[in-house]
Amino acid sequence: MNYLTIPWESFGIGAFWLMLMAFLVALPCSQMGSFLILRRMALTGDAISHSVFPGVVIAFVLIGDLASPWLIVGAGLAGLVSTVFIELIHRKTRVKQDAATGISFTALFALGVVLMESMLGKNVDLDLDCVLHGRLGLLLEEAHVEILGAQVPQPILVMAGVSVVTILAMVVFYRVLLLSSFDAGLAASYGYKPVVIHYCLMFVVSFIVVAAFQAVGAILVIALLILPGAAAYLCTHRLKIMLLLAGLHALLSAVGGLYLHVWFNTDMASAVVVCGGVLLLLTWLLGPVDGLMWKWLKEEGRQPDDDTSHST
Amino acid sequence: MMLDLLIPSSGAGKAILAAVLLGAGSGLLGSFVVLRRMALMGDAISHAVLPGVVAGLIYSPERSPLVIFLCAVAAGLLGAGLVRAMMATTRLKSDTALGIVLAFFFAFGIMWQSRNQESTAGVMNFLFGNIGAINTADLRMMMLATGLLCIVVFVLKRPLLVMSFDEGFSRGLGYPVRFLNAVFYFLLTFSVVVGLQAVGVVLVSAMLITPAASAYLLTDRFGKMLVLSMAFGVFSGVVGGLVSASVNGMPTGPVITLAATLVFALTYFLAPQHGVLAKVLRRGRRRRRVYRENTLKAIYQIQEASGFSHEDVDLIDLAQKRRNTEDHARKECAALLRHDFIELSADGQAVRLTTSGWRRAMEMVRNHRLWELYLTNEANYADDHVHEDAEKIEHILGANTVKQLEQDLDFPELDPHGKPIPQPQLVASPIV
Repeated sequence: MNYLTIPWESFGIGAFWLMLMAFLVALPCSQMGSFLILRRMALTGDAISHSVFPGVVIAFVLIGDLASPWLIVGAGLAGLVSTVFIELIHRKTRVKQDAATGISFTALFALGVVLMESMLGKNVDLDLDCVLHGRLGLLLEEAHVEILGAQVPQPILVMAGVSVVTILAMVVFYRVLLLSSFDAGLAASYGYKPVVIHYCLMFVVSFIVVAAFQAVGAILVIALLILPGAAAYLCTHRLKIMLLLAGLHALLSAVGGLYLHVWFNTDMASAVVVCGGVLLLLTWLLGPVDGLMWKWLKEEGRQPDDDTSHST
Repeated sequence: MMLDLLIPSSGAGKAILAAVLLGAGSGLLGSFVVLRRMALMGDAISHAVLPGVVAGLIYSPERSPLVIFLCAVAAGLLGAGLVRAMMATTRLKSDTALGIVLAFFFAFGIMWQSRNQESTAGVMNFLFGNIGAINTADLRMMMLATGLLCIVVFVLKRPLLVMSFDEGFSRGLGYPVRFLNAVFYFLLTFSVVVGLQAVGVVLVSAMLITPAASAYLLTDRFGKMLVLSMAFGVFSGVVGGLVSASVNGMPTGPVITLAATLVFALTYFLAPQHGVLAKVLRRGRRRRRVYRENTLKAIYQIQEASGFSHEDVDLIDLAQKRRNTEDHARKECAALLRHDFIELSADGQAVRLTTSGWRRAMEMVRNHRLWELYLTNEANYADDHVHEDAEKIEHILGANTVKQLEQDLDFPELDPHGKPIPQPQLVASPIV
């Protein structure tokens, strides 16, 4: 099949790196996103990824260097600040969580834009394009590092580190996360402080969002956080299986995204997300638990039964 | 056209008018959105219109605003419909469904746009908004949209309100819920698309949420909330327009958002009923009152233990009863003195209840003992388990509840521990 080999013909080993990078970005997002979905905080990822902006601007104003790691620290802190605001608003007043989320991230985003315009002026542009697209498409042009005789693009190493750290943290704290996501009261009675868990989770999510956002852009990060978990949620009632399926979804989106990217000559990051979205639509139709198809079939099957029960 | 008379000729005037219209329209709709807990619907729709905008740019090379507008509205409506469908047919919650639609549509738009870079060159302007570039035709469109919005909301206010609080109930009242929902989402999408050109994707959801949330903290009446939310929206629009016109290089949209956020921050702290400050003060007042009442009760119990033989109660006894130091007892008594519940004896070592003090103390003891009796008689509590509960509720029982309790318990005289239940209404003044 020619179609299947096109990426390998045009990129060579580069196709593998692209796929691996997409997977490494999507994997930690898929795992943490699953917990966000269970905690009904899916849009907190949205809030964090938008709030990152003022953090980057402030760090840039203070440091003056676009490549400095402090920018990432600033971004992570700003993400955390937005979650603090959300909590302050919806715990202390009767404004609900969704409105609190909307208020805090739009305010921080607006603050970021105003700061950028007033302090940096037009001479430096913190590229708005990177907010939308990310640098995944430029992966093969980044510096390469030699490992075990292979030339590995540097961002892959960073994301691999992030993935490993995230997965390790998840395995270590699996029980706490599980308990507190399903029954916060029970978790609290075991002595796991809900506030501490909340902010630790938010810290990890900010960390991942900041790492992933450079690769795929601010908005597509939200997709990587939500789509895998949601698709997996439609397929199972068990958390462990859900997490595995979310990981599988991340892998399939990465592979499918690469093919979409090559076949239709599009932007790679959005292709990964579109592929993930299509997978989600498929699970919506065919998923073993919530699949619409089975529900329709069941309705069809039940119809004659009802008729017979009426006639007897 | 008559509307044109209202449109100012200067660029800054146009920007301010656009901001005002946007603030009014989204303030009005925002109240419903916030009450329905669908605050982020605006966010989802504003991202979901991207594929529509891209389609409009691709299929209308001459960039007809109407075609782009219609495509964008169609995409937004499709997104909103998908959210509803997903929530209706799966276990996914609203936040997840909104997130899915937001991200998937946006990604699809970006993917499509990346294939047709040349024909869609201006798409980013559309997404980030530029209020300075708004022209007379856009303004006319915004005026019509806002006018339409106000009329529809005015006509359908009641059904929309009922539906926002309880969809099942409004179905029971016979409202056409499906139709109303369609109207609502149509209006929402319409106003989001109109607002997009002015303030961009992110800030259009701010205009929907922030003014309405501020209004929600200020009032419990829906009509007032609508007016306040509109007023805040207009205020933010004016402030944003003026600031960005007078300060060089200030982007209008973000300044509008920050003005709205400032209003929210003020109401968050200062709102008379639901503000944080008011809550803290209220909690402090309640705590101090409970404290005072407990001291009064202790004085009464000391008197009771001595068979009401003395009028004075020594501060040392009071301190012992409250398990505290004498200094502390003196402080407690100072608070009671300020409220004229007690009088200090001449040497300052003893206190005596005044008439109002007696009354209040007896009420507390009565409430406490009535409640204990109620729990043992009616709720089958063991009599050694009722004290804690009564200790809390004695401060809250109102006059009507007390009357009801007395009736239900057949005007009892003794509590479960055999102590008499005082009757403050009979002994209003004799013991002085």
